[in-house]
Amino acid sequence: MPGLEDLYREIILDHYRTPRNRGELDPPAVSAEGYNPLCGDEIRVFVIVENGVVSDVRFNGSGCSISQSSTSMMTTAIKGKSVDQVRKVVRRFKHMMTLDDDGDSTPVDESLNLGDLEALQGVVKFPVRIKCATLGWNTLLDALNASSHT
Amino acid sequence: MTLDVARIRKDFPVLQREIDGKPLVYLDSANTSQKPQVVIDAMTSFMETAYAPINRSAYQLAAEATDLYEGARTKVARFINSTKSNEIIFTKNATEALNLVIMSWGRANLHPGDVVLLTHLEHHANIVPWHMLVAERGIKLRWVPLTADGQLELTNLDSLLNGVKVFAFTAMSNVLGTITPVVQLCAAAHKAGALTIVDACQSVPHLLTDVRAWGADFIAFSSHKMCGPSGVGVLWGRESLLDELPPFLGGGNMISDVRLDGFIPAELPAKFEAGTPPITEVIGLGAAIDYLERIGMHNVRQHELQLSTYVLNTLTQRFGDDITIYGPSNSEQRSATFSFSFRGIHPHDLSQVLDQHNVCIRAGHHCAKPLMRVLGTNATARASFYLYNTEADADALANALDSASDIF
Repeated sequence: MPGLEDLYREIILDHYRTPRNRGELDPPAVSAEGYNPLCGDEIRVFVIVENGVVSDVRFNGSGCSISQSSTSMMTTAIKGKSVDQVRKVVRRFKHMMTLDDDGDSTPVDESLNLGDLEALQGVVKFPVRIKCATLGWNTLLDALNASSHT
Repeated sequence: MTLDVARIRKDFPVLQREIDGKPLVYLDSANTSQKPQVVIDAMTSFMETAYAPINRSAYQLAAEATDLYEGARTKVARFINSTKSNEIIFTKNATEALNLVIMSWGRANLHPGDVVLLTHLEHHANIVPWHMLVAERGIKLRWVPLTADGQLELTNLDSLLNGVKVFAFTAMSNVLGTITPVVQLCAAAHKAGALTIVDACQSVPHLLTDVRAWGADFIAFSSHKMCGPSGVGVLWGRESLLDELPPFLGGGNMISDVRLDGFIPAELPAKFEAGTPPITEVIGLGAAIDYLERIGMHNVRQHELQLSTYVLNTLTQRFGDDITIYGPSNSEQRSATFSFSFRGIHPHDLSQVLDQHNVCIRAGHHCAKPLMRVLGTNATARASFYLYNTEADADALANALDSASDIF
């Protein structure tokens, strides 16, 4: 059995205890809601896209340490980046989570540095938790898609 | 009489298993139960010596298979005190049994504006099919609320039942462990002219079931929670009601004639058993019933009652306000299934830490999201005990919980 130290790395617990960019954004921000049907976790991600750049992002909802910290780290990683860059980060992250087969045609940029997010690598050893780690990310994609339609 | 649990544990091969040198502490039986050797042997032996189609071939092997399959039906009927074995319908699981009666009876009898009464305790299997009928038929749903300790709030039951066509409720909550007063609820429903459907999925494995004493019209339960295999559920219904019910799934075995312009359904119980059933699994369920009857359902209940008291005392004395155990605080009013929250640790994280100690619990919404919302949470941790669990299992749970605090 893999050890818990692979899963609950200090940086992960730090983001869980002190989530970054937690909260809501008023319109014209757009939001999307994501559910983990397995465990009941719910998350809402708010984004403001200005001139093709994610100028602000927030999230709220409730969930386990992995879903909350992953989403918190995600917000710090994408804020201020162009939508194209953000999609590359999402693709790279999901690749790390071994999710290459979900219909996303964006090519994986192996050279992209995920920074603190690399701490979530250990989640792969606990396959049940991959859905926790990716909940916020899939919700972000929904929010970005909603944003491109407004 | 108390159970000889040490001996019972020897009947379950998987409980002998160790992971990383530590014993398995299986506390997820409300989810699905473990299987005794006699069930495994009955299924293996059937496949090795008598496997054949049922009800449709003339050779001896098929006759033996049919006898074993129908013999299991007789055992199920006896186990729940049904007078007639043709009142036993085998389905895929309890969910399909509920869908069968809800859809089949509902489509034939419910009209726009008709009211169905449910409770806040229900599993999604007794909610979602009704929502589907709301969309399809324009029926209305009404709900029995809960008291603060997770029992049905029945003060206004008669007015809630006013004008209701069906009252569908659980006999035992899969989340809170609450045992509902089935006899009282069925009597009140019938007085109001309502049909009763009892979700007995949690209760049948743990309590003596007597459909005649209950006065219910339909009950649904599953094999896999009562030491039998997965893949089989049971719908019991009063013969007169089942006779009137239109078929649910169409296909082989469920007809007496098929023409180019229509079909005539078979008699009970074949009318509701379209296609090849889970033959081996039904025979496994029969063996599980033999096993439970040898032990005695009264003894199973007494064991779980003592264990419930021990679990409640151990967790509350050890953790005080750090633990919130949902549902009735009196063992007599509940099963040995305990949903709880602990020191603000998310249930998913809690179950991950407990897994390091081989303590297997469920974390999540337990297919009861409306109930979660009533409780004001998204998820709970749930430890559920069965006839093979011991006080040592409860101690292992408490010890593992303690270690979770160190991480979060």
